Amino acid sequence: MANLLIGHVFVKMSKTKALIRLTTLCAIIAWVILVFADVTVIYSDLKSLPSGIPNWLPRVMLDAFIISLFYYYKFQIERDESLNFTDLLWKVFATGLIATVASLAVRLVLFLLGNTKLASNILFMDVVYQITLALFINFLLAAFTSWKRLILYQKSKWLMRAWSVFELLLMSILVYDSVHIVISDTIITVAIVIISLLGLVLSANMRWVAYLNFKQKWTSLLLLLLSIFYLVYFLYSVTMWSDQISQQSKIFLDFQSHVFNIALLAFVLTYMTFSFLVILFNLPTSSVFEQKLEEVVNFQRISQSIQTEQNEESVYNILLESSVSSVFADAAWLEIKGRENEQRLFTHQITERETKDIHAHLEKNKVKGALEQSSDKTKNLSKLLGTLKSSRFRSLLAFPIKVKDETIGTLALLKELPDGFNKEMTRIVSAFANQAGISIGNFRLMEEAFQNERYKEELKIAKTVQQSLLPTRLEQDADFEISAFSASADEVGGDYYDTLRISDHEIALIIADVSGKGTTAAFHMSQMKGIFHSLAQQGPSPKDFMAKANKALVYCLERGSFISATYFIINTKTKKVHYSRAGHCPVLFYQSSTNQTQYLKDKGTALGMVRTNDYCNFVEDNEFPYAPGDVMMLYTDGITETKNDKNEEFGYDRLSLALQQNAAKSSREIEEIVIEKLYEFSGSEDINDDYTSMTVKFR
Amino acid sequence: MVHIRRLQEDGIDILSIVGEIDASSSIELDLAIAKSVGEGFKKIVVDCTALEYISSAGLGVFMSYIEELKDKKTTLVLYGLKERVLNTFSILGLADLLNIRPDKQEAKTLVNESSV
Repeated sequence: MANLLIGHVFVKMSKTKALIRLTTLCAIIAWVILVFADVTVIYSDLKSLPSGIPNWLPRVMLDAFIISLFYYYKFQIERDESLNFTDLLWKVFATGLIATVASLAVRLVLFLLGNTKLASNILFMDVVYQITLALFINFLLAAFTSWKRLILYQKSKWLMRAWSVFELLLMSILVYDSVHIVISDTIITVAIVIISLLGLVLSANMRWVAYLNFKQKWTSLLLLLLSIFYLVYFLYSVTMWSDQISQQSKIFLDFQSHVFNIALLAFVLTYMTFSFLVILFNLPTSSVFEQKLEEVVNFQRISQSIQTEQNEESVYNILLESSVSSVFADAAWLEIKGRENEQRLFTHQITERETKDIHAHLEKNKVKGALEQSSDKTKNLSKLLGTLKSSRFRSLLAFPIKVKDETIGTLALLKELPDGFNKEMTRIVSAFANQAGISIGNFRLMEEAFQNERYKEELKIAKTVQQSLLPTRLEQDADFEISAFSASADEVGGDYYDTLRISDHEIALIIADVSGKGTTAAFHMSQMKGIFHSLAQQGPSPKDFMAKANKALVYCLERGSFISATYFIINTKTKKVHYSRAGHCPVLFYQSSTNQTQYLKDKGTALGMVRTNDYCNFVEDNEFPYAPGDVMMLYTDGITETKNDKNEEFGYDRLSLALQQNAAKSSREIEEIVIEKLYEFSGSEDINDDYTSMTVKFR
Repeated sequence: MVHIRRLQEDGIDILSIVGEIDASSSIELDLAIAKSVGEGFKKIVVDCTALEYISSAGLGVFMSYIEELKDKKTTLVLYGLKERVLNTFSILGLADLLNIRPDKQEAKTLVNESSV
């Protein structure tokens, strides 16, 4: 597709080039024939000989020459999109320059010849005249084509039609000139009047002038002035030559009798003069136009600053700069209340001290809410500043900066002149301040979204960490089987369980619940795991284990955080379970001999609650014997605290009943039933907490 | 959702907790206690008669003040705990660390005794 397009453009370009060459060739041939024909006509006229060439030939050739050149410039100038306004004027100027230089060169040759016979020869004079005329027409057509581009800038349908009519009329005049049919004078006059009117109307189209900046305007003025000069020069030389020739021969090609030439000249000159004057008169206002353009650009900068990965600070700086340059303020400051309510001050050409002085002065004069952030109106405080003698500023304008209806700051603009701000300026800066407010609002929204995303990412990591901390394999023994289950809600919980074989007849078990959620919970859980794996190996008594674990944890748990845990050692030799409970949910034990379940309630405070050595007084060693068929169930409060739609808790009774009814089953089956009952009870698909259970079935 | 009211009675600052204290609302409890301690009250009584539920984070708040209260010789007594709430306290072993009394009268008596 792209290749095709490039190919297409290329073909078009080479086609244009070929056309330009063709038109050049046509123009040269037409001109050469024109010169020969005219010279021959004059010669035969002088000698009163019947010429072999018809008298109309020079005229037709002139038309051919004009048409060829017209198309030459059409392809050269009109189709070239890359030209801007000054380029167009430059083209006209350059063509004029070359033509003038060529004409001057001819004059130099004449001057060198002096008063020789050749110089006064009418035929030679005719050739010189024809050269000058050709250069003149060339210049006129170049100007005409350029003017067309300028006039049709931001064209309307109506304008296009007017121009077409204008060109058509010119063309018909050209044809009329060469054919020389005699039509009544009134028609000619009407045509000339219409052309003149149309020319004048078209000449009034000068929209392009407004788009020139100050420098371009000066350049254009210079170019136009020189072009006018060339035009006058050519007009003078051509008229001079034709006058000289006409003294000797009447039937040469007099350009003055050619209505088209006159019309073209008149139009080109009119537009040139108009443009010159319009630009001249527009010079003083061009700075206003540039100012407006700059405002638009500044506006865009503020609104685009968000897309270009800039920060709030750059929005403030752009706002300050744009406002100052738009209203020609001498100084300005911007007070912003940041996201954490911290005050920030941006200044321009003013010291912090001065801003404080002005603040104090306004406060002293009891201007309520003037520069206060609670103010939501733009205020002109120039009058009040007049009484502050120490300050160099005499005008002050204050604007609120709002983000989502909340004023987050104030923009103050200062001038050394009294009454330095007008309504127009107030409007512009107001618009800036609003746009800046929107940009900052968007910024904050975006940052919040980022923060959320980051938080979610963090949770994801924490969850993965938590999952990886749980054992993939549990210790098994000939005396018992263990199965465990753990699930957590969207947020990361801190449930932990693990097993470790101390010796061939001793196995350590732990279940723990870390207070809090999220990354900190996962972090504390990993600490608990470290403590379990290092301490349990040394085989301390359960109470000792807790005391040591507490000592270790005190240094890493922050105020208000704690870990509830129960630590077990199953001794398969003595068939006893030794354990110590530190604030964790009481163990649920099923005794198969009595077919009874019971919660082992005993003393025990969670790890991290007591931060002194007294802690050993808050935990105790306990033990109970086990027999085949007994079941020990460890769980976290997520299970007992699961609620149904009536806001009732699953509770201890339902749990113990579930165990009692299914105690004969394997540990895996018991667990599955408990979880099933839990979901059945809560009546929903997801349970809003994390819950963990570890079931030990003795055999 | 929790609502905490404060009122002073015979030099005792009484905090009444209404509702449930979970991870997010525990901040309000923390603020209320911090305010009371910060204002220099030596006798603080927490009315838990309308406390429906307390999570481990809420317990953590009480726990975190134990040492500070000891240093400032301030007595904090809770009363009127519902069975479910009391159970949470006792499972975690906090019942041994905090002063818990069944009703307001006993709580006030304890506070006045301790501060003498």
